[in-house]
Amino acid sequence: MAYPGGQLSEEKVFKDPVHRYIHVRDKIIWDLIGTKEFQRLRRIKQLGTTYLTFHGAEHSRFNHSLGVYEIIRRIIDDVFVGREHWDHSERLLCLCAALLHDLGHGPFSHSFEKVFHLDHEDFTQAIILGDTEVNKVLRRMGDDFPKKVAEVIAKTYKNKLVVSLISSQIDADRMDYLLRDAYYTGVSYGNFDMERILRVMRPREDQVVIKRSGMHAVEDYIMSRYQMYWQVYFHPVTRSAEVILTKILHRAKKLHEAGYSFKTKPVHFYSLFQENVTLEEYLRLDEAIILYYFQEWQNETDPILSDLCRRFVNRNLFKYVEFSPTNEQMKKLLELNALFKKAGIDPEYYLVVDSSSDLPYDFYRPGEEGERLPIYLLMPNGELRELSRESVIVDAISGKRRTDHKLYFPQDFIDDLSTKRATKKKIKEILEG
Amino acid sequence: MEHAKIMKALAMAGEIVGRKKLQKMIYIAKKMSFPFYEKFGFHFYGPYSEELTLRIEELCNLGFLNEMKEKRGGYFQYRYTLTEAGEEFLSHYDIEMPHLQECMQDMNKQNSRFLELVSTILYFENLSKDEVKEKVFSLKSKQRYTEEEIEQAYAYIENLRNKITGNKNQEAVS
Repeated sequence: MAYPGGQLSEEKVFKDPVHRYIHVRDKIIWDLIGTKEFQRLRRIKQLGTTYLTFHGAEHSRFNHSLGVYEIIRRIIDDVFVGREHWDHSERLLCLCAALLHDLGHGPFSHSFEKVFHLDHEDFTQAIILGDTEVNKVLRRMGDDFPKKVAEVIAKTYKNKLVVSLISSQIDADRMDYLLRDAYYTGVSYGNFDMERILRVMRPREDQVVIKRSGMHAVEDYIMSRYQMYWQVYFHPVTRSAEVILTKILHRAKKLHEAGYSFKTKPVHFYSLFQENVTLEEYLRLDEAIILYYFQEWQNETDPILSDLCRRFVNRNLFKYVEFSPTNEQMKKLLELNALFKKAGIDPEYYLVVDSSSDLPYDFYRPGEEGERLPIYLLMPNGELRELSRESVIVDAISGKRRTDHKLYFPQDFIDDLSTKRATKKKIKEILEG
Repeated sequence: MEHAKIMKALAMAGEIVGRKKLQKMIYIAKKMSFPFYEKFGFHFYGPYSEELTLRIEELCNLGFLNEMKEKRGGYFQYRYTLTEAGEEFLSHYDIEMPHLQECMQDMNKQNSRFLELVSTILYFENLSKDEVKEKVFSLKSKQRYTEEEIEQAYAYIENLRNKITGNKNQEAVS
């Protein structure tokens, strides 16, 4: 079934610093962008607390979602159209899924999901399938269309080629966020030749493959990804802000459960605390609202909540030391725990181990749980070869997970322990070890 | 705490052979309402959690879990057991998950192919049975599951649920 109104009489364009222009010709895409659920993404930053490290990183999930849509549009309209294995009747489905793939993200998703046991992917599904403006627009294509879009995003749609365009080890989502995040943070690591990769993508029955001649562009993409993870996404200062944010949420929840009387009542948090948040309540949340509470909670009488909020709002973050979770270091952590208590600093909120881990690229291991669809190269003789078998560079990092652990603590509190000199000395000895 | 819960589940199951099997056992336990909070998405072999993979790796690095890698034909297989240090660590936690032991031990007796089917059915549990079958046949076409196996998987899920709710009812009576 076609969408009522089909194509716009004139193409609309959005100026975009990464892709220059984002082109919209299909009315369904224009209508989806106009829904309140999609507009909400303007109020959610793509990189959460990263702006506290890289001040340019103020871009939103709205920008990124448009970017993913544009990449998919270029792949379909400029590269796949008319090629074997590509079913052009899936075009609008792909474009809608690309545009809506992050629709369920909430404010500071990472921390909120951890503390309140939420999953943004569940909310993406709920928004697409529920009583929403997005659902109404999608249903104009047919009653089962929202379900199909939801399945593509959940990776359970029957056409695996369609799924792999939006979710695989070289997909439109990753290509957009690497370029976009590199642009807005101002780092130079995330750049790679996306135009080249798009030109050498070819549809196959189950997934997208890359012509062998494009291997070096793919190598560059994988190395960019590796660099961005360690230089930007897992930056220790960003993680410090994330640790404080998480602890604010834990503290607010604990105080609420203990019957503490908030000066600024956490009205928007009640259902989150009870872990029974409805879709309507979830959609009301955005970063402006959360930051309003943090501003106000600086004046609460609970010293932990007010201190943590002051730290977040004024960027007075925790310091960190390297931490490797060995038996010996775990014993030191227990010792520190006891010393913090002795010093009157609650270790539950002020002594935090944070871990980051990434697997830059993985190949397929038959029979065992590897679970990542590998990148295949299309050789000149028509054979498919897994990327790490051809590329020495990719082979060097394939299947190798890198993990980093850090121990976060408030240096200023420790420095201020002037009346507890012996405890202060012991804490410093362990931390500076 | 989340690490300790995984260790507890492993301690209850005894040795678990295969990463796939371990993933599916925890997913099924989660779907049976045991409080595991790892996020799962749909992958090659059904529900899979990157967070769980990471947690297992960390527990191995800590020396709390033992991972034995062995070559099986064209691929490697992994065996997981709790170490003495892991048992000692776990003894500091008071984790109450009634009936988890029976469920873990029961699942551990099944093969990973069957658990893959059970977890896939649970992943789509909001769909009708016919829709679930269609999903299994289209998304798991390479596994060639039969109608009979699907029925067995449904019966197995009901049996697991009875283990938990049946026991709860018994407790309520006594």
